[in-house]
Amino acid sequence: MFSPAKRSWLKVALVAAVAALAACGKEEAPPKQEAKAPEAKAAAPAEPFKAAWMYVGPVGDAGWTYAHDLARKSVEGEFGGKVKTTFVEKVPEGADAERVIRDLAAQGNKIIFATSFGFMEPMLKVASEFPDVKFEHATGYKTAPNMRIYDAKFYEDAYLAGVIAGSMSRTGTLGFVASFPIPEVLRNINAFTLGAQSVNPKIKTRVVWVNSWFDPPKESEAAQSLINGGADVLLQNTDSTAVLQTAEKNGKFAFGWDSDMSAVAPKAHLGSAIVDWSNYYKKAVKEAMDGTWKTERTVWGVKEGQNDLAKIADAVPEEGKKKVAAVKDAMKAGAFEVFTGPIVDNAGKERLPKDAKADQDWKDKVDFYVQGVEGQIPSAK
Amino acid sequence: MSGEIALLIAATIASGTPLALAGLGLLVNEKAGVLNLGAEGMMLVAAIAGFAAAFHSGSQWLAFAAGAGAGMILAAGFGVLVIWLGTNQYATGLALSLFGFGFSAFVGVQYVGKKLGEHVSFAVPFLADIPFLGPALFRQHPLAYVAMLLAALLAWFLYRSRQGLVLRAIGESPDSAHSLGYGVRWIRLAAVVAGGALCGVAGAFLSVVYAPLWVEGLTAGRGWIALALTPFATWRPARVLLGAYLFGGVTMLQFQLQAAGVQISSQFLSMLPYLATIVVLVLISRNPAWIRINMPASLGKPFHPSA
Amino acid sequence: MLRLEPRPQPSRAMSIASPVIALALTILIAGVLFVVLGKDPVRGLSMFFVEPLRNVRGLTEVALKATPLVLCALGLAVCYRANVWNIGAEGQFLLGAIAAGGVALYVTTQGIAAPQWAMTPVVLVAGMLGGMAWASITALARDRFNANEILVSLMLVYVAQQLLNYLVFGPWKDPQGFNFPQTKTFVAATLLPNLVPQSRLHIGFAIMLVLVAGFWVFMFRSWRGFQLQVGGLAPDAARYAGFSGRTALWTALLVSGGMAGLAGAMEAAGPLRQLTPHVSTGYGFTAIIVCFVGRLHPVGCLFAGVLLSMLLIGGELGQSRLGLPNALTGVFQGLLLFLLLACDTLIHYRVRWVRQHPTAVAS
Repeated sequence: MFSPAKRSWLKVALVAAVAALAACGKEEAPPKQEAKAPEAKAAAPAEPFKAAWMYVGPVGDAGWTYAHDLARKSVEGEFGGKVKTTFVEKVPEGADAERVIRDLAAQGNKIIFATSFGFMEPMLKVASEFPDVKFEHATGYKTAPNMRIYDAKFYEDAYLAGVIAGSMSRTGTLGFVASFPIPEVLRNINAFTLGAQSVNPKIKTRVVWVNSWFDPPKESEAAQSLINGGADVLLQNTDSTAVLQTAEKNGKFAFGWDSDMSAVAPKAHLGSAIVDWSNYYKKAVKEAMDGTWKTERTVWGVKEGQNDLAKIADAVPEEGKKKVAAVKDAMKAGAFEVFTGPIVDNAGKERLPKDAKADQDWKDKVDFYVQGVEGQIPSAK
Repeated sequence: MSGEIALLIAATIASGTPLALAGLGLLVNEKAGVLNLGAEGMMLVAAIAGFAAAFHSGSQWLAFAAGAGAGMILAAGFGVLVIWLGTNQYATGLALSLFGFGFSAFVGVQYVGKKLGEHVSFAVPFLADIPFLGPALFRQHPLAYVAMLLAALLAWFLYRSRQGLVLRAIGESPDSAHSLGYGVRWIRLAAVVAGGALCGVAGAFLSVVYAPLWVEGLTAGRGWIALALTPFATWRPARVLLGAYLFGGVTMLQFQLQAAGVQISSQFLSMLPYLATIVVLVLISRNPAWIRINMPASLGKPFHPSA
Repeated sequence: MLRLEPRPQPSRAMSIASPVIALALTILIAGVLFVVLGKDPVRGLSMFFVEPLRNVRGLTEVALKATPLVLCALGLAVCYRANVWNIGAEGQFLLGAIAAGGVALYVTTQGIAAPQWAMTPVVLVAGMLGGMAWASITALARDRFNANEILVSLMLVYVAQQLLNYLVFGPWKDPQGFNFPQTKTFVAATLLPNLVPQSRLHIGFAIMLVLVAGFWVFMFRSWRGFQLQVGGLAPDAARYAGFSGRTALWTALLVSGGMAGLAGAMEAAGPLRQLTPHVSTGYGFTAIIVCFVGRLHPVGCLFAGVLLSMLLIGGELGQSRLGLPNALTGVFQGLLLFLLLACDTLIHYRVRWVRQHPTAVAS
């Protein structure tokens, strides 16, 4: 079909096309550089400090990524012209992530934030090639001299939500729409249940896994099946408002997750678990700018203003509201640890002895359900 | 317990409705002899069109109209390419699906995370209060009943009306129909456009009623499942409806099983609808004679009028 | 008015010009889209066609991304020419990654010491076998049960994704990995050796080039290849000549499954070095576009693979440098395919300007 002659015509055509565009592109570059030089002389102050953010989802998801982006904007507001921020959204967590990180570093960004655990390995690789750039990874566990990790205490939000759920639930069954069986989500399921049990010890929680962070139809279906099974208060670890909307449709209750979702379902909304990364981001950028940045692991929660359960509904009984306020105050004072023993898993094994407070290591390795949560973790050994 | 079953039935009907609508649309396509693999792409573009319409106007019915319109435009483009320009039906349909995915994602960027108006509950007066049957069958969105009615209408149209006979004739033997003086290509185009309209309504239903949110790839393979429905139903409308509810039910089942604490890994449960589709296809196609009798003979083959 | 007239013979010139025209039209529409989005069209287009090729690192990245695309497309070309519509290359890719990853993981966890030149081929062959096994399900469904291969292969994609999830969240999860869904990083002996130092480009690229040549020989110089093509173009003639439709079906599916599986193995043992839920970014589906743009021809697939790789990388760059929406790449891909199919009609039809004369009234 393709004789050698015709094939070479095709080659010529393609090369010509690319060359033409290359010429266009190169022609454009010099004028821009000329324009920049006089500008720089006139402006005199130093080049702005470049900071970049990498997101796994879309900025408009009203959830996880949205919260990060809001905080990024607050960094810009705080430092004015001294800091220039960029972001890349919907970066897949596979082999492509490495290319994006490398490009951001090569473009002159001096601090790069990666906001999903799947970016851990790629970031580690690139960090070794750019020793002058600071790398920050959210929700991971590997570090390097120029790469550190940060996280938030979502389980504190989940616990507070649990307290409210416990005081609101009439059937005594709670529902949890879960994404993937990773430690963070398991911690939240357990914290939710523990919080509810602190008000009503007989609370049971049922979990449905949608195997996605953001899939509104599946989240709807999952929420519906939990409601069909008798749950009347739902919490989620997924990012859309579908669960709240389904709860509203059925006359049940739910919480917002990762952002303020109170407007979505006025009757069903009991509170929104929000995360505010701005304090951390401002601190990180400042440290990178004035050289005090060092490798460490930062996990902030309610105490540092990073987590909160906001917009608690009026429908919650006074008892519940008082308890939540009390727990929040204790958290802010640093006196309240959600995972305090005795904690027994739902197979009966003791995981934390009485009065013991869980350390970071214990929390990192959560791979069980506490008593009261029904079922088994998917693909658990 | 019976309350739970009633709710499961209701959820099954809701889940099966978009499949039924799209499946019936594809049935019309295929009865005329055209296989439109672009169902997924059409549903996605219609979903974002419908969502955008609902978001800006607040009207669900406008959203369905927008969805139908989007489906019709894409189907018309497909139809012209395939019927007049004779492009390969499989490849063109695939191209439509891939394009629809990218295009809907692109247009939908600004709608991710947006919410539509207050939820409206539907209930058929009187009938909705019958114990068990009420919550099971009579609290559906009107489109669910439209789907059921449509199946009945299509059955009548295809097998009892003159126009339906012509359509089927074109699907079985376009050359004979052509020599009888029927405008084969125009009628095929009409069938393709009608199919596109129905797929469009199905897509809009998903984004405006079922989810009701927009996210990239919202349909999650429902267009392909709808395509599997037609051979499963041996190209008969009532069976398409049944098949749609069957698949809708399997989709809901995986979450019900999880919520009931069944000890099967959730990933395997997530496979259920797709495995079910394969099993069903295999079972139905097993008998080549059966397929030969029921499948429109010219399905997938281009038609060139010998002028 | 313009009229389409069938050509007496398909035009050779158009069959080569068609993808070029389609590309040119896509570029044009892209430029318009950029203007609509308020971005400089030239800069926007240069993101896609120039930036990815600017330096050695960029070139290796384009080659790296093109490798799995071309591999899958080679297999699909054989399939489509034989009129077997395998849409499930993505699933076969994933099974290839799973199989290869499984072997690599076994070697890693058991601490088996073996040299790289021995281990890596085993891993790659395992990947091929995995992809072939997955494709054989589709072949069986079509061969024994007449089930439509389009739908079966596609449903198997979703099943494959869930299978990967199951393995990576469950039995294959790294016990030291804090319960995160990823396997241990594979030991160096199982990985693909590097081709260009300071880059991620591995010998998979060289293997791919060899296979391009190999497939050209198979399709155009071998008896089996000839049979497959005739079977696709004229099934009745093929049957009359004694070419077995069943052999053609199995050959086509096993070859494409094996190639997709090989591509998956290369991803897992190459840039990723472990298994995660995100092994593939839709390579199996993009490869379908590569295949068509490449006119189902091995050399064409190579060029088309490079082109689409540039589009994908360009989309990323456009996002991080210009703020272009990520979804634009998907639009371009779909548009390219559509325009290609439309332009293909010019192979079989001529555009003629026909002036309408009032019909002469006789007598």
